[in-house]
Amino acid sequence: MRLKSVIDGLILIALALAPFYLSAYHLSLLGRFLALAIVSLSLVLIWGWGGILSLGQGVFWGLGGYALAMHLKLASLAPGDLPDFMMWSGLDHLPKWWAVFHSPALALTSVVVLPMAAAGALGWLIFHRRVGGVYFALITQALALAFSTLLISQQPYTGGFNGLTDFSTILGYSVNGPNFERGLYWVTVGALTGSFLLCQWLRQTNFGRVLVAIRDGENRVRFLGYNAMAYKTIAFAVGGALAGISGALYMLHVGVISPAMVGVVPSIEMVVAVAVGGRESLTGVILGTLLVNFCKDWISSAMPDLWLFVMGALFVLVVTAMRGGLADLAEFPFRKINLRQSRKTKRHDSVIAVEKEAEASKAG
Amino acid sequence: MWHIPIMTGQVFNGVSVASILLLTALGLALSFGQMNVINMAHGEMLMSGGYLAYLADKFVHGPAAFPCALLVAFVGASVLGALLEVSVIRWLYGRPLDTLLATWGISLILQQGARSLFGAIGVEVVAPHWLNGSINFTHGWFAGLSLPYIRIFIILLAVVVLGGLALFIARTRWGQWLRAVHQDREMAGALGINTKRVDLIVFALGSGVAGLAGAALALIAPVTPTVGQSYIVYAFLVVIVGGLGSLLGTTIAALLVGLLSAGAQMFTSVSFSDVLLLVLVVIFIQFRPRGLVATHSRMLKEA
Repeated sequence: MRLKSVIDGLILIALALAPFYLSAYHLSLLGRFLALAIVSLSLVLIWGWGGILSLGQGVFWGLGGYALAMHLKLASLAPGDLPDFMMWSGLDHLPKWWAVFHSPALALTSVVVLPMAAAGALGWLIFHRRVGGVYFALITQALALAFSTLLISQQPYTGGFNGLTDFSTILGYSVNGPNFERGLYWVTVGALTGSFLLCQWLRQTNFGRVLVAIRDGENRVRFLGYNAMAYKTIAFAVGGALAGISGALYMLHVGVISPAMVGVVPSIEMVVAVAVGGRESLTGVILGTLLVNFCKDWISSAMPDLWLFVMGALFVLVVTAMRGGLADLAEFPFRKINLRQSRKTKRHDSVIAVEKEAEASKAG
Repeated sequence: MWHIPIMTGQVFNGVSVASILLLTALGLALSFGQMNVINMAHGEMLMSGGYLAYLADKFVHGPAAFPCALLVAFVGASVLGALLEVSVIRWLYGRPLDTLLATWGISLILQQGARSLFGAIGVEVVAPHWLNGSINFTHGWFAGLSLPYIRIFIILLAVVVLGGLALFIARTRWGQWLRAVHQDREMAGALGINTKRVDLIVFALGSGVAGLAGAALALIAPVTPTVGQSYIVYAFLVVIVGGLGSLLGTTIAALLVGLLSAGAQMFTSVSFSDVLLLVLVVIFIQFRPRGLVATHSRMLKEA
C-alpha cells in the first residue's frame, strides 16, 4: 500500500512538471487526455466498484461541457448580440434558459450540478425498480443516442451538428495563447488530483465498502438492511458530477463541444480506456486513459482504417483475458500466489466484511 | 393530419418497421433469455446478412436469385453467430457485462471489416420483379393509399419466421431442450441435456434470423457498414420492454416500438420521437420492470 502511494506521488510530480519538459503540442494532448481521465475515475467508482456499467457517461460529460460552453459563447459576445448559430437559424432573441448562463458562477455550478442531478434522477428511476445490470447498460446507451440526436436536431439552441465553438474569453482571461494553455493544464491536473483523492476517500469510507459489497452480492447486502438502491444512486450521481467536470475541462482544452463527442461511440470509448487501465484501480485507469488516447492519436493519424480494428481487438482481449487491466499486470510480480483461493471466494470477501460489520454494530 | 389514407399508411409503415425490428430483436431476446447474454455485435449479424444477400444476388441470376439470397443471408449469419459463440461468448459465461463489452469490440471489428471490403457507400439488393409494384386504393375511404409489395413481403417474412420459431420451440426435440435449459439450466444439464450445444444452437439461430432481417432490409434501403448500429439500439429497447426471452413479449414490444416511433414521427421530428421513445421505456420500467411477459419465478436473481 505504501509503495502504491509513493508511485502515485511520483506520477503526480511528473504530471505537474510536464509543462517544463514537453513540447506545446504534446502538452496540449496530455492536458485533454488528463481531462478525460477524470471521467475514467467516475467509471471506476460506478462500474469498477459499484458494478453498474454506464454506456452513456458521455451524456453527463456532455452536459458539463455544454453548460460551460454556453457561458463561454455568451461571454464572447457584445451585450445584446446573439450567438452566430442562433442568427443563422432565424432566432431573434436569446431564450431565457440560455441567458442565465451569462453568470459565470451559475455556469460553473451547473457544470457539476446539472449532470449530477440528471444522473441522480435517472439512477433513482431505474434502480428503485431494481432494474440493473445489462438493462441499465442498454438504457444508458439509448440515452446517449437520444441525447446526441436531440442536440443535432435542435440547431437553433445547441448549434446543431457543429456544436458550440469560437470562444474568446473565460472569467476575463483570453482563451488563446500559451499562458492560458499552461494555466488550464495545471487546473486540469489539480481537478484530476482532487477527483482522485475524492474517489480514494470514498472507497475507504463505509459507503465505499458497502458499494463494493453490493456489487459482489446485492441481495445479501439488502437482507442486512442496507438500502442498496440509495448507494447505487448516490454513486451514479457522484460519477455524473465527475463526468461533468471532465467534459467542461476537455471542452476548454479543445475549444469546442459537439454532439459527435457525446454520443454512443465516445461513451463506449471511455469504458474501453477504463477496462484497459484496470477497472478497479484509480491509478490504473489514469494511465490507461493516457495510453489508449495517445495510441488512438498516433494510430488514427498514421493508419486511420486500423484504429477501429485495434480498439475492437484490444477490447476483446482485455475483457476476456486480463480482467484487471494494466493495474493487474503491474501488481503481478508483487502478488502472493494463493492457489486455494479462487476468484469466486475472493469476490465474496467484501460482502462478508460488511456482514461482520453489521453484526458488530448490532452487538455493540 | 387525420386523413384516413395517411394514417393507415403510417400504421402500415410502422408495422413494416416493426417487422424488421422483430426479426432483429428475436435473436437478442432468445439469447438473453437463454444465457443472460446481450450480444452487442447482433447488429452486425444484420449487416452481414445484408451484404451476403447482396453478394448472392450478384452471383446468382434468374428467378432463384432472391430466395437464394435469403438462404445465404440466413445460413451465413448463423455460421458467423456460431463462430462468435464458440470463440468469445462461451468463455465469458456468468459475466454478462463483460460479454456485452467484448461483443461490442467484435462489432467494431466487423464494421471496420465491412468498410474495408465493401466501402463506406451502401450497396443495394435489387428486388425481384414480382416484388415491384404496390396495392393502390383508388376508391372509398382508403383512396390514395398505396402499399408497396416489398413492405408487405417483409411483414409476411416476419410472420413466417415468428411462426416457424414458435413451432420449433413448441414442437421439436431441440425446442424442448431449449425450454428446459431456459427454465433451469443446472437441472437440465443434470438430466443429460448438452446445455452448451443448446446455447450454440440458440445463438446461431438468433443470428440467422437477424441475417434474414438484414436481407429484407437490403430490399428497401442500402446496406452500409453501420446499418446494424441504427437498428440495434431500438432492438435493445424492444428486448427490455418485451421481457426475458419471450417470443410473445418480444413481438408485442416490437409492434409497440415500431408503431410508437412511426406515430410520433407524424407529430414531431425523428429526433424527438427517439427521446420520447426512451422516456416511455423508462416510464414503462416503473410499472413492469421485468418486461411485458415476465417469467414468474421465486428464484432470487442477482441482476
